[in-house]
Amino acid sequence: MAALEFTDAVVRYGAATILGGATLSVETGAFVSIVGPTGCGKSTLLNLAAGLLAPSAGSVRSLGVEVSGVNRKAGYLFQGDSLMPWRNARDNVAAGPQFAGVPLGEARRQADVWLERVGLHGAGNKYPHQLSGGMRKRAQLAQTLVMDPPILLMDEPFSALDVQTRLMMENELLALWAGSGGPRKTVLFITHDLEEAISLSDRVVVLSAGPSTRPIAAFDIDLPRPRDVAEIRHTHAFQEAHARIWDVLRDEVLKTYRRNVAA
Amino acid sequence: MITLYRVLLATALLGLWYLGSATGVLSPLFFGRPEKIAAQVVEWFVTGEIWPHLAVTIAETLMAFASGTIGGVLAGLWLGLSPRSLAVLDPFIKAANAMPRVILAPIFAMWFGLGMGSKVALGFTLVFFIVFFNVLQGVREVSPVVLNGTRMLGANCVQLLRHVYLPAAMSWVFSSLHISVGMAFVGAVIAEYLGSASGVGYLILQAQGVFDVDAVFAGIAVLTACALMLDAIVTIAESRLLVWQPRADIPRDS
Repeated sequence: MAALEFTDAVVRYGAATILGGATLSVETGAFVSIVGPTGCGKSTLLNLAAGLLAPSAGSVRSLGVEVSGVNRKAGYLFQGDSLMPWRNARDNVAAGPQFAGVPLGEARRQADVWLERVGLHGAGNKYPHQLSGGMRKRAQLAQTLVMDPPILLMDEPFSALDVQTRLMMENELLALWAGSGGPRKTVLFITHDLEEAISLSDRVVVLSAGPSTRPIAAFDIDLPRPRDVAEIRHTHAFQEAHARIWDVLRDEVLKTYRRNVAA
Repeated sequence: MITLYRVLLATALLGLWYLGSATGVLSPLFFGRPEKIAAQVVEWFVTGEIWPHLAVTIAETLMAFASGTIGGVLAGLWLGLSPRSLAVLDPFIKAANAMPRVILAPIFAMWFGLGMGSKVALGFTLVFFIVFFNVLQGVREVSPVVLNGTRMLGANCVQLLRHVYLPAAMSWVFSSLHISVGMAFVGAVIAEYLGSASGVGYLILQAQGVFDVDAVFAGIAVLTACALMLDAIVTIAESRLLVWQPRADIPRDS
């Protein structure tokens, strides 16, 4: 059963068609990345999966159930800061269990376990504004993972980080994903960085230039795991995959570029 | 060094006032005499005559502040989350806010009598709008990412209100705390001055009635000191309650 199944999903805002009939299936336990030109509607696809947005036409199913309202089986790692600024790191991570009715003491204990796992040991009492960008991302990751969602939706989560921090976070994400003990989580990862997509994923899906975006090609990535995202970029297989996908992606990027220049 | 300049400046101003009134350049009938004003303040505190009045004024201030804040927060949350109601009520709110509310004091005096009720009512109308507009702004400016993030963590409507909208709005309320406490105080004193049987405003009114300008100035001095103390308390409360907010003077790790 597919973790996520988009069938002819259309999203319109007034007269504009953002997503034009997207059909995509993400199998359970897979790490799938979506790449596409800037502003083509990648986040829209993710918001459909999250249930934050309802399709204007078509359907979105998650683990066999039609998504309507917030998708309780999915955790969402946002591009921006989603931490509550008035809660310290521990209480931010404890928020999910707390909303689910877990007593605060127990929720905080779970939070501490996850803060430790994402490398934020000892930072529990700090408020988001006292944390660096990388630390805030780690806190967000802990906040999402403490809920143990079978599906992880990630919207360019590391795009605001510097290159070194980013590589480290990518490796840690892969380690958390592979080593969580239970069944592997399904990851739908959005990025505009093709290298990031290839080094993390089992499959890379290319979206067409907007408006009326839809998936136009999918590539399986047969690189061995466990991977080191920094080193794998130098392998022949990686570069071959990069060349194949870029061949498709380039045209879409150029279309967007020309349209933006003309506008 | 700064403190020295401040002391010098205060001494100079008081000295000029003293000299002016002693020589008759400033008529003591209209400008009072600093030494007599000081003596009046001391006398009030020594005899204890001022305490009941001060207590009444502060009690009115606190009640006006509390009721205005609660009312403003509730109304702000409601209208912030219900754009339709806001659209309907918008012109009425603008009109009510534009109205010079001090002029309501006589009406409140008729409705609630000359006791504390009419003072609290005037202070309420002043505080309410400050808090209301701040909460409205706070609710509208809640980060959509934080909101969506909290929804994805499974928060229901009540939890969103309690854990996102309310804290976001309260940060705006706290940032306007100085103004709203000050306004509560102004409301209480003005309403007292316009008609009352006790309070520092009443003392000033009495003194003015018998042309005792020294006592008027003494009352003003006591009110000013009182306002400064309220403001200091607000500053302390603020730094306790807003620990989570970034401050310009504390650099963050990067």
